Amino acid sequence: MKILIFGLITGMLFGFFLQKGRAARYDKQLGAMRLIDMTIIKFMFSAILVGMVGVYLLKDLGMVKLDVKSTVLGANILGGLIFGIGWGVVGYCPGTAAGALGEGRLDALWGMLGMLVGAALFAEAYPALKATVMTWGDFGKITLPEVLGLNHWIIIPLFVIGGLLLFRWFEKKGL
Amino acid sequence: MKRDEGSWSPYLAGALSGLVLVLSVFATNKFFGSSTTFARTAGAIEKLFAPERTAEMAYFVKYVPKVDWQMMFVIGIFLGALIASITSGDFRLKAVPDMWERRFGSNTLNRGIIAFCGGIIVMFGARLAGGCPTGHGLSGSLQLAVSGYIALISFFIGGIVIARMLYGGGRRP
Repeated sequence: MKILIFGLITGMLFGFFLQKGRAARYDKQLGAMRLIDMTIIKFMFSAILVGMVGVYLLKDLGMVKLDVKSTVLGANILGGLIFGIGWGVVGYCPGTAAGALGEGRLDALWGMLGMLVGAALFAEAYPALKATVMTWGDFGKITLPEVLGLNHWIIIPLFVIGGLLLFRWFEKKGL
Repeated sequence: MKRDEGSWSPYLAGALSGLVLVLSVFATNKFFGSSTTFARTAGAIEKLFAPERTAEMAYFVKYVPKVDWQMMFVIGIFLGALIASITSGDFRLKAVPDMWERRFGSNTLNRGIIAFCGGIIVMFGARLAGGCPTGHGLSGSLQLAVSGYIALISFFIGGIVIARMLYGGGRRP
């Protein structure tokens, strides 16, 4: 029960910030895909950089465990491209659709109903996909530090610096 | 990009979200994700109509239809955005986004049908990829997971191609 309440509160905070940052809207999602408005990239990369430093700090202190998803090239790339195609059409991803509906965007509800159908269709296709695409290029739960053989505290500062330079470029270009 | 009134800097809102994520991982070891909830909910609905068939489907054996941390998280996103928009007077009931309307007109049904179809494709892709921009893009990337970057890049390649087909290049509306 406690874990469910934590989930609700965490989601409420995330949804609050998504709305305040204007990151849940169709116009912002399509703006990023049309390369004319980088609001959602600014939001997402800021969250990634803070999360990266915080999570790895706590991991080194032995206070949290990582939860890494498997790298399966076939599934990640093909699924990712299919996702992207749908994303350009609906203009919401699963999380932001819930946020957009919260701020009154009714088309997000249509999108979410479609998402339920998409999940049901995937469940039907799962046995066939599991034996094929989802086995192509399976490298397991790998991370960049493992692949590159570098300590994560060499990689993380590079990400932070790269992110800040990217942000400066966005502001310069008015994106 | 000029910001509209009452909005926060996306850098600040994003950084605060990152902080919430770190606290969430610390408190419950739960990383953010959204799309599994749609799989579980689809399973719960199918269970109502065909309980025996659903119970035997491999995918719903793996993702048992139940209320879990992530489902509450997704409901929370809805509530949080609702509270944020109402308290700042920003809540608007709109069935057609502005950008869509300028390009394709204000027909609610057209937009609804296209959003529905896009939703089907999005979720099929997310489940195949193993996550969405929340699970792969945010939680994966920040853990330096290789899968997170591959998925995130693929999401954007697909999205950029479709956005170009729908809207053409450049800034014109």
